[in-house]
Amino acid sequence: MPKYTLFVNGQSMTVEADADTPLLWVLRDNLNLVGTKFGCGVAQCGACTVHMNDVAMRSCSLPVSAVGLNKIVTIEALSPKGDHPLQKAWEELDVAQCGYCQAGQIMAAAALLKKIPNPTDKDIDDNISNICRCGTQVRIRKAIHLAAKKQVK
Amino acid sequence: MKQELTRRNFLRVSAITGGGMMLSLSFLNNTANAETVAGAAFSPNVYIKIGTDGSILILAPNPEIGQGVKTSLPMIVAEELCVDWKKVHVELAPLQAGFGRQTAGGSGSVRGRFTDLRKAGATAREMLVSAAAQTWSVPVTECVAEDGMVIHKSSGKKLAYGDLAAKAATLEVPKNPTLKDSKDFKYLGTRVNDVDAHKIVTGQPLYGIDTRKEGMLYAMVSRPPAYGKTLSSVDDTAALKVNGVKQVVKLKNSVAVLATSTWAAKKGRDALVIQWEAKEKLENSSEQFVAFKEMIEKGATAPNRKDGDWEAAKKQASKTIEAIFELPTLSHGQMEPLNFYADVREDKVELFGPTQVPDSVRKQVADLLKIAEDKISISSPRQGGGFGRKLMTDNGVEAALISAAAKCPVQVQWTREDDMQNDFYRPAEMYRYRAALTADKLLAWHQSGVGIGRAIRGDSYVAGAVENYLSEGQGLKSNTPTGWWRAPGANTLAFVAETFMDEVCTELKVDPIAYRLQMFEAAKQKPVGKLDYNPDKYKSVVELVAKMSSWGTKTPGIFRGFATWFSFNTYVAQVVDIKLEKGRPKVVKVYCAVNCGRVINLSGAENQIQGAVVDGICHAMFPKVTFVNGAVVEKNFYSYYMLKIKDAPLDVAVQFVASEEAPTGLGEPALPPVAAALSSAIFAATGKRIRKMPFEEQLG
Repeated sequence: MPKYTLFVNGQSMTVEADADTPLLWVLRDNLNLVGTKFGCGVAQCGACTVHMNDVAMRSCSLPVSAVGLNKIVTIEALSPKGDHPLQKAWEELDVAQCGYCQAGQIMAAAALLKKIPNPTDKDIDDNISNICRCGTQVRIRKAIHLAAKKQVK
Repeated sequence: MKQELTRRNFLRVSAITGGGMMLSLSFLNNTANAETVAGAAFSPNVYIKIGTDGSILILAPNPEIGQGVKTSLPMIVAEELCVDWKKVHVELAPLQAGFGRQTAGGSGSVRGRFTDLRKAGATAREMLVSAAAQTWSVPVTECVAEDGMVIHKSSGKKLAYGDLAAKAATLEVPKNPTLKDSKDFKYLGTRVNDVDAHKIVTGQPLYGIDTRKEGMLYAMVSRPPAYGKTLSSVDDTAALKVNGVKQVVKLKNSVAVLATSTWAAKKGRDALVIQWEAKEKLENSSEQFVAFKEMIEKGATAPNRKDGDWEAAKKQASKTIEAIFELPTLSHGQMEPLNFYADVREDKVELFGPTQVPDSVRKQVADLLKIAEDKISISSPRQGGGFGRKLMTDNGVEAALISAAAKCPVQVQWTREDDMQNDFYRPAEMYRYRAALTADKLLAWHQSGVGIGRAIRGDSYVAGAVENYLSEGQGLKSNTPTGWWRAPGANTLAFVAETFMDEVCTELKVDPIAYRLQMFEAAKQKPVGKLDYNPDKYKSVVELVAKMSSWGTKTPGIFRGFATWFSFNTYVAQVVDIKLEKGRPKVVKVYCAVNCGRVINLSGAENQIQGAVVDGICHAMFPKVTFVNGAVVEKNFYSYYMLKIKDAPLDVAVQFVASEEAPTGLGEPALPPVAAALSSAIFAATGKRIRKMPFEEQLG
């Protein structure tokens, strides 16, 4: 099996995996970073969202052989102490229900805030397309706005 | 493996006297709570464990599927126990005698356990107070419990629960502890965050899919590609050549591939060459709907309910209206695809994974493997949604069978496509409604429903409020597996009955809220036949939502619809506000009034209501499952469209009717009425009646 050196969460890591293995499964099975979730495998639901060079990326549809040394960040390293403004806002507004999709939602929102620090509702509509069957979208929107405010402070 | 080591560090298990196994805790990323239970402890019942160091563990007895019971159930115990919630550690209980009904279903966890959990907390509190009183040699009546301490009122002396634990453990357990007066409640009815909130937002391992155990293999299973097909033969030559594939196991009607990683298992599974044979009819959705229509025209052999005389009333009517409604099959679409871990040995079985019914899984595994139930341990982690899918036991049972055949621990992982093709669906249905009207009154109502599988049953509040009522229900025999889907029965009946009620109001030229209130008054004053609801409680939510939404006022560009429904002992009324964007409806805001008795966790309760409203909008608007020759056409979310944030309302305003009554269901009741309120709003905006889901297809 081929070996790949990846740059994940600030560290260089070498993994052994078939070339077509999605980054999602390398993170989960090889690197034991299970915060990134599997939901659909076809880049539709966003549960697997990570950052590649600060841009939201659906890791279920990105083969490990295409990752190279691009900078990958997962939910586990979004912030050093779990205190990213979005994580704090998510807790403050008690967003989660089952919670399964929320790591992906937060990663998608974090990439949005990097691009647009104070997004409008339309910016959120245009940039976040993750699925949540629990129906937490109302609180997610409020939490993104709250985090944007927290960032400014 | 890394996670296993981490778990061991954080979760040491040590035996304690009298209390069975005691979890010894120091908390992951939760330093505010970082106390360690050490040595002897106090555990007067299965729910509570108090360490000599003052650490408090409360076990949440029912599966957590996103309905919030890992938080709300322990809150009830903590309230009566009089402890500082911030210092309480909560764990999900394994399946174990003494915990009662450990099921997540029917919105029943809180309503079924409220009193027992209060008693469990009060029992421990009384024993701790007695222990303190004995220590000080004062009467118990002079002592009070507060925030994990017992205080002697006159002297101000204090003893912490940890210091009292050993002594309390020696006392007799009171049979009828005194419950708190509700005016003294400190937590119940307040906003408390989900106990796992921090772990969720930091991506810590919480779910079945995150299970990693020594020696386990990952498995994927090839199951029949269509209902009606069965396994004929398999060639696993290519599968066994895939890197990482270790074993192929043939079950009765499926083939499992076991490998060292999820991806290898999937590639191996996809490399199997399998012949499937059509042994039964391969069904088509289009034919099911043709059959529905014929059955409705033919009529049921006997009515579900008959009050007065529909036929006679029809002759007196000045007008009769009729409408046909169609509802597609739906998949559960819970975000965590099914999975399960099983380790089957000769003398013991360990099962771990997402299920709403751990007792049923254990029983079936015991039967199939011919092993005693007491040799099987089963527990479920936090689950990525349930919605009724995991009331079925197939994922857990299948994992056990694979582990037994492969003779190794196995984590079976489903793909989304597996979930879509192997579901127990919300059955497709068709309803025909007829109403006989005079100039100002609904004289008679005739409901006729047909669905896949079980015969349709259930009635709206119209039954009991109208003199002439007739309802019929039939089921279409089919090999499509059907099951329970959030608010079963109610999720479709509320849409069709309440949309038709709006049509009746339009015909009568009456205000839809005023007319409903008249009906509830009629049902209260002179109920027709058996009344299955409380008209005053129905009124309480209808009046509240009218007030919340300033019903009767008009906002330019905003169109509104109303609906109300009673299910799982809870009353809900909703107003949906929409606007038109390029001629297409967009939900702007939803107002929702709820009467669910006492609210336990205000944040969680509100979250359930908001979520059910959004979930209801999603499934009214977008997805459907279509069968062609027994196979599901919509194989993944690219064709089974689920709501995105752009489709969701900006706000869902929720208010609860103040109540001192025992809590009723919350996970489901807010979903049923949304679709009807939305269809009525679309009618108000466009003049077009939407009588078929998904609405999106009807909007052109």
